[in-house]
Amino acid sequence: METVTLPAIDIARDMGLIAPEITMAVAAMALLMLGVFQSDARSRLVSNLSAVLLVAVAAFVVMTTGEPKLAFGGSFKVDAFASFAKVLVLCGSALAILMSRGFLHHEKLERFEFPVLIVLATLGMMMMISANDLISLYMGIELQSLALYVLASFNRNSARSTEAGLKYFVLGALSSGMLLYGCSLIYGFTGTTNFEVLGTVVTGGEMNIGLIFGVTFLIAGLAFKVSAVPFHMWTPDVYEGSPTPVTAFFAAAPKVAALALFMRVLGDPLLPLIHEWRQIIFFISVASMVLGAFAAIGQNNIKRLMAYSTIGHMGYALVGLAAGTVAGVQSVLVYLAIYLVTNVGVFVCILSMRRKEGMVEEISDLSGLSRTRPMMAFALAIFMFSLAGIPPLAGFFGKFLVFFAAVDAGLWQLAVIGLLASVVSAFYYLRIIKVMYFDEPAPVFERGIGTEMRLILTGSAALVLLFAVFGGPIISMAQHAAVSLMG
Amino acid sequence: MVLSALAFYLFASLAVASAFAVIAARNPVHSVLFLILTFFNAAGLFVLLGAEFLALILVVVYVGAVAVLFLFVVMMLDVDFAELKRGALQYLPMGALIGLVVLGELVLVLGTMAAVPQSATVRTVPVPAVDEISNVEALGLILYTDYIYLFQAAGLILLVAMIGAIVLTLRHHDHVKRQNIAEQSSRQPEDAMDVVKVKPGQGI
Repeated sequence: METVTLPAIDIARDMGLIAPEITMAVAAMALLMLGVFQSDARSRLVSNLSAVLLVAVAAFVVMTTGEPKLAFGGSFKVDAFASFAKVLVLCGSALAILMSRGFLHHEKLERFEFPVLIVLATLGMMMMISANDLISLYMGIELQSLALYVLASFNRNSARSTEAGLKYFVLGALSSGMLLYGCSLIYGFTGTTNFEVLGTVVTGGEMNIGLIFGVTFLIAGLAFKVSAVPFHMWTPDVYEGSPTPVTAFFAAAPKVAALALFMRVLGDPLLPLIHEWRQIIFFISVASMVLGAFAAIGQNNIKRLMAYSTIGHMGYALVGLAAGTVAGVQSVLVYLAIYLVTNVGVFVCILSMRRKEGMVEEISDLSGLSRTRPMMAFALAIFMFSLAGIPPLAGFFGKFLVFFAAVDAGLWQLAVIGLLASVVSAFYYLRIIKVMYFDEPAPVFERGIGTEMRLILTGSAALVLLFAVFGGPIISMAQHAAVSLMG
Repeated sequence: MVLSALAFYLFASLAVASAFAVIAARNPVHSVLFLILTFFNAAGLFVLLGAEFLALILVVVYVGAVAVLFLFVVMMLDVDFAELKRGALQYLPMGALIGLVVLGELVLVLGTMAAVPQSATVRTVPVPAVDEISNVEALGLILYTDYIYLFQAAGLILLVAMIGAIVLTLRHHDHVKRQNIAEQSSRQPEDAMDVVKVKPGQGI
């Protein structure tokens, strides 16, 4: 058996490796102070600065990416995989902050804690992505989740919002319990919490029931975070009850972080156990795709519909994970990038569904949008076609890569079920397009969604539309990241 | 040896009995008090295992903070616990059945197996033997050095918890009068009082 020696702690070197995280933490505290000691009018300043911070840290992460390195006695890992996922998460969070401002202003929820909590949640996600130890994995998850629970009930005067936060908190605590139970079993049966050491201890040879028991619980805890069936029950209620910009945030960055963590744990130290965990991933992937496709059909609320859509898309992404190959991880990363951009675009449209009397979120409110708001209807139609996976839009390439990786790994059944599920889900995506283009116009939405919203909408629509032209660099970066994870 | 065995059976049986009393007691205040007794017995078991740090933490955190908070909530809030418990008995058979099945599975799975063979070589002893150095000291030696990253992460989690509590509960009411001590103590008699000479029979 090979042995690994973990690097000793060298504070100067380790601080350099986690410089992006330290920047985030210190800046979050500084922004908090700025918000506390300034008058209420400054909450806009705090949110602008937070968005700038997230983009700057993303640029920093891109610049400092390089060879895989371990910090803090091996509990933190910096590699190309982490950089790729971190950039996705940071961009998703920055866009969520920019998208939130109009809504929070109209609903009189403009408080400086909102962007600060998003920054802290993002820091938790970065720690999850770089986690290389069961303890640092849990710390990252908790930091992220705790901030998300608060954000879900941010509109504390609304019963639905507080209910969403409470539900999310109680079920999240349950999933943390399962995750920790799994971690303790893994530690008990292998004698280590570090992923590097775990990778040498876990071998594909003799099956160890205790270890598999622990891995199963760990997967259950992580499946809750990506809202995969059968741990999805919280998703529709939380998506519907939370303030819409919070839902937009939930649908994007945390899913990327949780799936990156999934790939880090299963793809690196636990890869020798692939025949054991593949059955579980196979099942939750199929169940998520099927439930996401069928349960969304009956929905009338667009936020609930997006919740089931998320469940389905997590199922597709898990198909790539089930492959357990470099191509599989690469396809999941590309899928996540496309999913993030598309979802941001869809939520810009949902956030623009405002009439004089307030926000509306029924699908029937979109009827005849092509005549009242042709550009928005066109953009939303592009996103819906992309989510349905129709070529030549971005969503098609994501699904294609994922299914291709699964077939390559011999999981053709998974690809077939996935294709059938996408056919079913196309029904409800196309129904929205039908409502927008062929139904009688509903009362018109208010004008003036703001420059930044228009820019985000145009940008994401362009990315989705033209992925075939300039998606190449993203695919090759994802491959680089996947190679750095699986070696 | 006999003494520690006796102590173990005392703590263990009291812990189980008081844990049962927590769910059986009619009065919620009694339930919380039994919960505290359970924690103390569990702390006793930790001491017997040589994990005195865990015992201390259990008493400080669970008894000192959590249980007292429970007690506070139970006394402050008007929750009808009898009403809440009404349905409990009818779920008992099903709950007991599921509990027994899970217990049986756990015994079957955990009872028949050993650790991964290679783990013997990596299994490190993070804390030295108890007779060399005490638990508390050993933890103190590594907590702020080897585990600095995790320690700071835990600090951030607590910061988020604090921000969350403020975001969700703090309300500024305009009509509430707040004490401003600096303003109070800088107040001079001249600002507050006027000496008025009132002529007899005229009033002000």
